[in-house]
Amino acid sequence: MANTEIVEEQKRQLHGLRIRDMLTTLTAATAAISATGFMFAVAPLNGALSFVLLSYVLFVAFYALITALDEDREGVKDRVASVIVRSAAVVIFSALVFIVVFTITRGFEALPYLNFFVEDMSLAGPLDPLTTGGIIHSIIGSLIQIAIALAITIPLGLITAVFLNEMPGKYSRFVRTMVEAMTALPSIVAGLFIYATAILILGVQKSGFAAALAISVMMLPIMIRASDVVLRIVPSTLKEASLGLGAGSWRTAWMVTLPTARSGLTTAIILATARGIGETSPVLLTSGFTASLNLDPTNGPMVSLPLAIFQFVKSPEPTMIARGFGTAAVLMLLVLILFILARVLGSDVKISKRLAGLLKFRRGDK
Amino acid sequence: MANIIIGMRLGLSPRNSKQSSTSNESQSQALAISSDSPRLIKHVYDAQDQIFRTVMRAAGSSVLVIMAMVGIFLALRASEALGKVGLGFFTIQAWEPDSGNFGIAAVIAGTVIIAVIAVSIAVPFSLGTALYISEYAPRRIKKFLITLVDLMAAIPSVVFGLWGFFYLQNEITPVAKWISQNFGWIPFLSVQGSDPNDPLTSNTIFTSSSLIAGIVVALMITPIVTSVMREVFSQAPIGEREAALGLGSTHWGMVRNVVLTFGKGGIIGATMLGLGRALGETIAVYMIISPVFVIQPRILENGANSVSSLIALRYGEATQMGMSALMAAGLALFILTLIVNFVASSIVARSRSGASS
Repeated sequence: MANTEIVEEQKRQLHGLRIRDMLTTLTAATAAISATGFMFAVAPLNGALSFVLLSYVLFVAFYALITALDEDREGVKDRVASVIVRSAAVVIFSALVFIVVFTITRGFEALPYLNFFVEDMSLAGPLDPLTTGGIIHSIIGSLIQIAIALAITIPLGLITAVFLNEMPGKYSRFVRTMVEAMTALPSIVAGLFIYATAILILGVQKSGFAAALAISVMMLPIMIRASDVVLRIVPSTLKEASLGLGAGSWRTAWMVTLPTARSGLTTAIILATARGIGETSPVLLTSGFTASLNLDPTNGPMVSLPLAIFQFVKSPEPTMIARGFGTAAVLMLLVLILFILARVLGSDVKISKRLAGLLKFRRGDK
Repeated sequence: MANIIIGMRLGLSPRNSKQSSTSNESQSQALAISSDSPRLIKHVYDAQDQIFRTVMRAAGSSVLVIMAMVGIFLALRASEALGKVGLGFFTIQAWEPDSGNFGIAAVIAGTVIIAVIAVSIAVPFSLGTALYISEYAPRRIKKFLITLVDLMAAIPSVVFGLWGFFYLQNEITPVAKWISQNFGWIPFLSVQGSDPNDPLTSNTIFTSSSLIAGIVVALMITPIVTSVMREVFSQAPIGEREAALGLGSTHWGMVRNVVLTFGKGGIIGATMLGLGRALGETIAVYMIISPVFVIQPRILENGANSVSSLIALRYGEATQMGMSALMAAGLALFILTLIVNFVASSIVARSRSGASS
C-alpha cells in the first residue's frame, strides 16, 4: 500500500534556481541596504563607494545569518563562498566592460565629424574646433606599421612554432622557455632595444620602419605561443600518414600540418595583430611625432593610433582630449573587430570540417 | 609500385620515388639473409628537408638571438653611465645623469610599490573570477566568459591610462581621503603636507598617487592572471573532485580541498606572472603619476615613479650620457622582469605536470 504513494512522488529538481535561495538573497540585500542607509544617517559617513562597500559587507553577513537558520556550518560556508566568488567575477567583468564603454562614449564627441576620419592634424591647431583636423595620419600609420610587423612576424613566428612541434628536444624546450620570457618583455625595453640597435648603431632614423621593428619584437612571442598551441593539436596520425607515404618533413609541414591548422593559425595571427596595434611605448621611442600624413615608412616620423591618443590627451584643451577619446574609440573598435574575426575564424567548426573534407577530397580522388 | 603512385599523388619529386624503388630492391635482397641482427636505423634527409630543418632551427634561434641582443646592447649602451656612477647606481635616488648624480633606488622602489599594490588588488579578484569561470559559471556562458577575459587582455594600455586619468582619479580621491583620515596612523597610508582632518584641505594631494596607478595596473594584469589561474583550476583531476562530492562534501568543500589544493602552484605562478607584467607597465603609469625622485612609501600621496615611466619621460631630452643612464635603468628593469618571470613559469610548469599525473 505504501509503495503506491512513493511512486506518485514528484520528480526532484536537481539544478536551477530555488525560490528559497532567491528569497534569502533578496532579504539579505534589502536588510543590508537599509542598515547601511541607517548608519549613513546617524554616523559621519559619506561617499558612494563607501556606501557600496559597507552594504556589501553587511549583505554577506546577513546572508550567512539567514542561511544558518536551515544549514549547518559547512552549508553556510558553501553559500558564503559562492556569494564571494560570484561577486568577484561581477566586479571584474563590470569594471572591464565599464572601461570599454567609458572610452567609447567619451569618444562619441569627436566621432560624428567625417573630417575626423579623412583629415590629418597638420592644419588644425590646438584651439580649433572638432570640425577641422582628423586622425587619418595615425590610422594609415598604424596600418603601415602593422603590415610591416606582420611581414616580419608571420613567417618567423609560424616557422618557429613548426620548429617547436616538429623538432622536439632539449633545444626546442629551451626556445619555448625563452618565448615565455619574451612574452613578458616590458614594452618600453623593446623600444629601447630597437633605439639602441637600429637607430643608434645602424643609423636608421626615427621612422615607421623602426616602430614596426619594435612592434615585431612585442608581437613575435605572442604569435609563436598561440600557433604553438594550435599546431600541437594537429592529429599526429595525419602527420604520420604523410611521413609513411614517403613525404619529407617539409612536405608534411607545408601540405598537412599547416593546412589542417589553418583556422587556428589565422586566429593566432589576428591575436598578435590585436596586441601589436595597441602598443604605445615601443612606438613612442622609435617613430617620433608628426601631425601630418606620412606614407613613407623609411623616411620621417610616422604616428600610430595609440601614439596619437597619447599626444592628444597631453594637451589641456577639451577639443584635443575629445580627439584623444575619439581615437581611443576607433582603436578599441579595431581591436574588437580583429578579435571577433579571430573567434569566428578560429572556432568555426564548419570551416575546419569543410577544410578537412576538402583535404580528403584532394588527396584521395584526384 | 603502389607506393610510387601515391608518392606521385602527393607531389613528391620523381627522384624521391626512384629512391624508394631502389630501396625496395635492396630490401628484397636483405630478406634472403637469414641472420636477424639489430641494425642501426639512420635517417637520411634529402636536400629539401635539410634546408627546411636548417631554416626551422634558425627561426627558433632567432628568439634566443633577440633576447640575447636585448641584454647585450642595453648593457653596452649602459656601460658608459654605469662606469661613471659605479655602485651608486643602486643607492642614489636622484636622476641627474649629466652631473653624474643618478641612481635607480627611487624608481625601482616606486616600480615595486606600484606593482605590489597592483598584485595585491588583482590577485583576490582574479582568484574569484577564475574560480567562478571554472567552477560556478553555467556551461552555456563559460566559453563566452573565457573569450571575454582574452579580449580584455588585448585592451591597449593607453586606454586604461585614459580611464585612470579622466575617471578613476576623481572617483578615488574621496576614498583616499577617507582612508587617510581613518587609517592615517599606519605609516604607508598617511599623507604628509596637509591635515587630512581639515575639511578645506585641497584634494590635489590625493591625486597622481601610487595607489591610483596601482589600481589601473591591477585591472590591466587581471585578465592574464585570471586566465592562467583558470587554466590550472580546470586541470584539477576529475577523479578527486567526484570522490570529494561522493563523500558528501559541499561544492565549496570540493573546491577548497581539490581545486585549490591542486592549483596552489598555479595560483603562486600566476601571481608572479602578474607581478612581472605589472613591473613593466609603462604608458598607463606614465599618464597617471607625477614623478618624484625620492623613495615615496606613502601610497595615497601625490607623487610616485617607475622605471618605465622614467624612460618614457626622459628619453626625448636626453643627452648621450642621459640616454646611457636610461639604458642602464632599462637593463635593470629587463633583468628584474626576467627573473620574476622565470621563477613564475617554472612554478606554473611544475604545478601543471603535477595536476596532469
